[in-house]
Amino acid sequence: MSRARLVLGMFVAFMLAAPLALPEFHVTLLNYIGLYSIVTLGLVLLTGIGGLTSFGQAAFVGMGAYTTAFLTTAYGVSPWLTLLAGLALTFAVSLFLGFITLRLSGHYLPLGTIAWGISLYYLFSNIEFLGGYTGLSSLPEINVFGVALDTGRKFDYLIWTLALLALLSMHNLLDSRSGRAIRALKGGSMMAESFGVDTARLKTIIFIHAALLASLSGWLYAHLLRFVNPTPFSINAGIEYLFMAVVGGAASVWGAVVGAGILTILKQWLQDLLPRLLGQNGNFEMIVFGVLLVLLLQRAREGIMPLVLRYFPAPKKLPQAAAQELPRRAQPACGESLLELTRVRKAFGGLVAVNELSFAMRSGEILGLIGPNGAGKSTVFNLVTGVLPLTSGEVRFRGERIDTLSARAIVPYGLARTFQHVHLLPTMSVLENVAIGAHLRGSKGVISAALHLERAEEAMLLAEAARQLERVGLGPSMHEQAGSLALGQQRILEIARALCADPVLLLLDEPAAGLRYQEKRALAELLRKLKSEGMSVLLVEHDMDFVMKLVDRLVVMDFGEKLAEGLPQEIQTDPAVLEAYLGGVK
Amino acid sequence: MSALLEVRGLSVAYGKVEAVHQAALRLEQGRIVTVIGPNGAGKTTLLAALMGMLPARGSISYAGEEIMRFEPEQRVSRGLCLVPERRELFAAMTVEDNLVLGAFHRYRKRDQTIAADFDEVYRLFPRLQERRKQLAGTLSGGERQMLALGRALMSRPRLLMLDEPSLGLAPLIVRDIFRVIAGLRETGVSILLVEQNARAALQVADYGYVLETGEIVVEGPSANLASDPRVIESYLGLVSSGAG
Amino acid sequence: MNTEIALFLIQDGLTNGAIYALLALALVLVFAVTRVIFIPQGEFVAYGALTLAGLQLGKLPGTAWLLLGVGLAVAVVELAQALRLGLARRIPAILFKFIIIPVALLSLAWWAAPQKPALTLQILLTLVLVVPLGPMVYRLAYQPLANASVLVLLIISVAVHFAMTGLGLVFFGAEGSRTPPFSDAQWKLGVLNISGQSLWVMGASLALIVALLLFFEHTIYGKALRATAINRVGARLVGVSPAMAGKLSFTLAALIGALSGILVAPITTIYYDSGFLVGLKGFVGAIVGGLMSYPIAAAGALLVGLLEAYASFWASAYKEVIVFTLIIPVLIWRSFTTHHIEEEEE
Repeated sequence: MSRARLVLGMFVAFMLAAPLALPEFHVTLLNYIGLYSIVTLGLVLLTGIGGLTSFGQAAFVGMGAYTTAFLTTAYGVSPWLTLLAGLALTFAVSLFLGFITLRLSGHYLPLGTIAWGISLYYLFSNIEFLGGYTGLSSLPEINVFGVALDTGRKFDYLIWTLALLALLSMHNLLDSRSGRAIRALKGGSMMAESFGVDTARLKTIIFIHAALLASLSGWLYAHLLRFVNPTPFSINAGIEYLFMAVVGGAASVWGAVVGAGILTILKQWLQDLLPRLLGQNGNFEMIVFGVLLVLLLQRAREGIMPLVLRYFPAPKKLPQAAAQELPRRAQPACGESLLELTRVRKAFGGLVAVNELSFAMRSGEILGLIGPNGAGKSTVFNLVTGVLPLTSGEVRFRGERIDTLSARAIVPYGLARTFQHVHLLPTMSVLENVAIGAHLRGSKGVISAALHLERAEEAMLLAEAARQLERVGLGPSMHEQAGSLALGQQRILEIARALCADPVLLLLDEPAAGLRYQEKRALAELLRKLKSEGMSVLLVEHDMDFVMKLVDRLVVMDFGEKLAEGLPQEIQTDPAVLEAYLGGVK
Repeated sequence: MSALLEVRGLSVAYGKVEAVHQAALRLEQGRIVTVIGPNGAGKTTLLAALMGMLPARGSISYAGEEIMRFEPEQRVSRGLCLVPERRELFAAMTVEDNLVLGAFHRYRKRDQTIAADFDEVYRLFPRLQERRKQLAGTLSGGERQMLALGRALMSRPRLLMLDEPSLGLAPLIVRDIFRVIAGLRETGVSILLVEQNARAALQVADYGYVLETGEIVVEGPSANLASDPRVIESYLGLVSSGAG
Repeated sequence: MNTEIALFLIQDGLTNGAIYALLALALVLVFAVTRVIFIPQGEFVAYGALTLAGLQLGKLPGTAWLLLGVGLAVAVVELAQALRLGLARRIPAILFKFIIIPVALLSLAWWAAPQKPALTLQILLTLVLVVPLGPMVYRLAYQPLANASVLVLLIISVAVHFAMTGLGLVFFGAEGSRTPPFSDAQWKLGVLNISGQSLWVMGASLALIVALLLFFEHTIYGKALRATAINRVGARLVGVSPAMAGKLSFTLAALIGALSGILVAPITTIYYDSGFLVGLKGFVGAIVGGLMSYPIAAAGALLVGLLEAYASFWASAYKEVIVFTLIIPVLIWRSFTTHHIEEEEE
């Protein structure tokens, strides 16, 4: 049994015994930690993992609490039905808020949530049928299989059962096709999009997920206290939830429990201590929380979990050799026309970066696009991959126009790329990084992932990733963290990831940049091997030595225009090319 | 004669990737020294490290003082100045304001001779004077490079570092820019010139270093380097004949 | 509603709106220069108002002690850094700036407060006690994280807001304060009564905006701030350090905040935690301008003021709900006019 499982077992045993053994006050504290953990878990997903944030979670907690408080007291609806009602309402509101803020730059979501958190707080406080500032009381107790949860001790089991289920499902979710895409949101959006991940949709999903968890916690809260008033749903509470998520950190879903636990206990302690120390009453713990958070973000931005996790090494994910193979697309015949650029032009304001560029490539060849610094090579690359829109001209792939498509929409046509500055998720394993490449070859979504109903597909995806890693020779490093690889290996990882998309054409953006001599040789060897297996490659590169030995044909650019096109030996003796590279020959 | 700039064992890393490895170079007062090398060799990184824009290891001695621990701003006020590859102009400000800001550290020291330097920059680049009320973002590529140079001169540098001043410019303008660079030497400014355009660079420079994958592989007086086959090879891969 | 009330509400709305406009400008400035979304702006409003209120009662304002405390913290951080870099010659300047000056200001306030000096002197004293907190807060909380993402800086801002609100409670207590108006004058203009206080507020806001404009257009430091906002790398290369630009922009923001507090203090009762909502209303205005455009931000803030005035007439209980819900149509509008997915910084 691994150490992590042992600790988990002890935790569950403690949770089973605690409500029976501990004094009332400690059970209450435990209840609150459970409630806060559920909310914080949503923020760990949203902020820690997804790189988005919300200060308005308390308002979602309030929605869950007030929905049940109102429906159960005014109409006598069963709490189990009001739970669904609360979740449905929260779903609708968070979908709407997500829709209007997630398309804007990252800071509009938190600002929007601050405003919306405040306005909902005042709404709760002023609506008459919600009881105004005094709130609603005499909520019914919850019955589970005929047992009335009428004490904190009994309620504790419900809270922690739900909290553990939430943790487990989140854990499952993160360990899946969708989970990998979610983990790519922070710092890897562009990469994820270029493998067909709909990042905008995923952002909305995790925002809704966090809101639903908050709403669930609100429902529990309302029936635990059997009373609601607006105070616990104020913007300050929303801020404290975020603090909990930051303190715990995103390295593990357990960060939510750790953060909620630490801040709840600390707050309790400070609320005792500070007023005595200062001789007056008030929320002085705010000062400590504020200072603590600033220091934490300055010194240990990842929160507390990384320190804890050091003692719990993650288990290796073994791809199952027996897994079925994913279906593959039909590759074009060698020599068939593949990519065709016609009078492509790109202007940035008045600056023409690419001017009337035309060239074509055929299936099975390695074509190099070269040129001095600033010639416009990378722009061409971005035009072909849909990262930038064309000013005019056409790009066709196997006869179909792709220049009007976004980066994400181009992927299904069979183009897969690597990046000039490697874009990988450094804390994820090599295997999982590569599996992102196969995103579009799977189809199971977040719900089946949370319930782990997609294990067969997941096994196929991981097996494919492992296969591609073996193909490029990175098999032995499969379980290492991607960030720990040398640059040369990271570039090869990117190629494996691109291969995972089952491409027709591989687009490589300066794959040799920054590599050592031996690494370049290994890379060239790999590309030759891929070509012999029928892969077509378009290579943007400035390392002439590397290119000359590798490619079948070259297109040379200078000042955004095509300077020359031909076989490597023709290019090397072309006077115009020499001049462009070495400077004016007088 | 003691060197104005003496760099020893300079290494710069981006995370785990070392972009410059144990570089050593030396520049004497009033000289033009060039660092040439193919794209991606680490030239820009080297200059950025000298300017303090990137964390580095090793030693940089400038005018007899170890400046490694200094922030870029402190290096500017000691007379180092970098004209970066991307120019980094203030696009939404006028040409004149860009020049004024070039002299920022001198305004802080209440230098009274700034006005004269305006005249000097406008004399070197009359085009800038014509456009002085225009926004920098509306200038052409050549004019931007002139403005970048002009802004640098306004800081009255002792050591001017130029990163690819010819980048993206038409040959005629490149010639103008290099003429100005050669002329600056007469005014006592020392210049460290990074160029991919090796021939032009070696023509104006006294001494040159060739940087390849982060290491200095060849160095020598410019005249020798210009005819060194290793230089051409490093640029053009297998080619070792037919250039000259 | 008759014309008289409508006009009165406009006057009321523009008066508050002028203050929100000042705050919105400060927020846009700080964001442009430092990428910090300056949530604690509102605390400077409260500190300004409460410090002046204390002085008017002849009491030593808590800000004087706070300034010394924060000064000591900055001194510790600065000394540690100086010693680490081996720059011992910086020590006297550090001691002077962060300990001796705060002590001197504390003594000055101690001496001056009971004598109840003239209003102008009280205002000046308020400013010298509150404004230095701006750059000090920048030094302590933000400068070590200058390269962090907007999101991390925002979380820092919220944390600083928390700490400053708590400190406000410690140093000013839970009681609210309202200062007497600068002017009791009333003019009759048709059916409208124009109060001297609102003229004061609008006039002072306008004067401050003009002063800022002149500062940005015509001084080297104003240009340096603009340059940093436009191109941080370029600014460093001409010797404008981000830390200097950060401190300067925080100084301006603190000045604007404290002045807003002084202007708002006679209009509403200010508590230690009132600044947050006032500041956020400035924010709603700033967001209308996309946190980028100064004139649109100011116009947005005036709109917030007007909306608030009318909301408090029609549905006073829902005033805050209405004002903060305004952000939703604004965000909808922005999300349909902005077309890009940007790569996050981290």
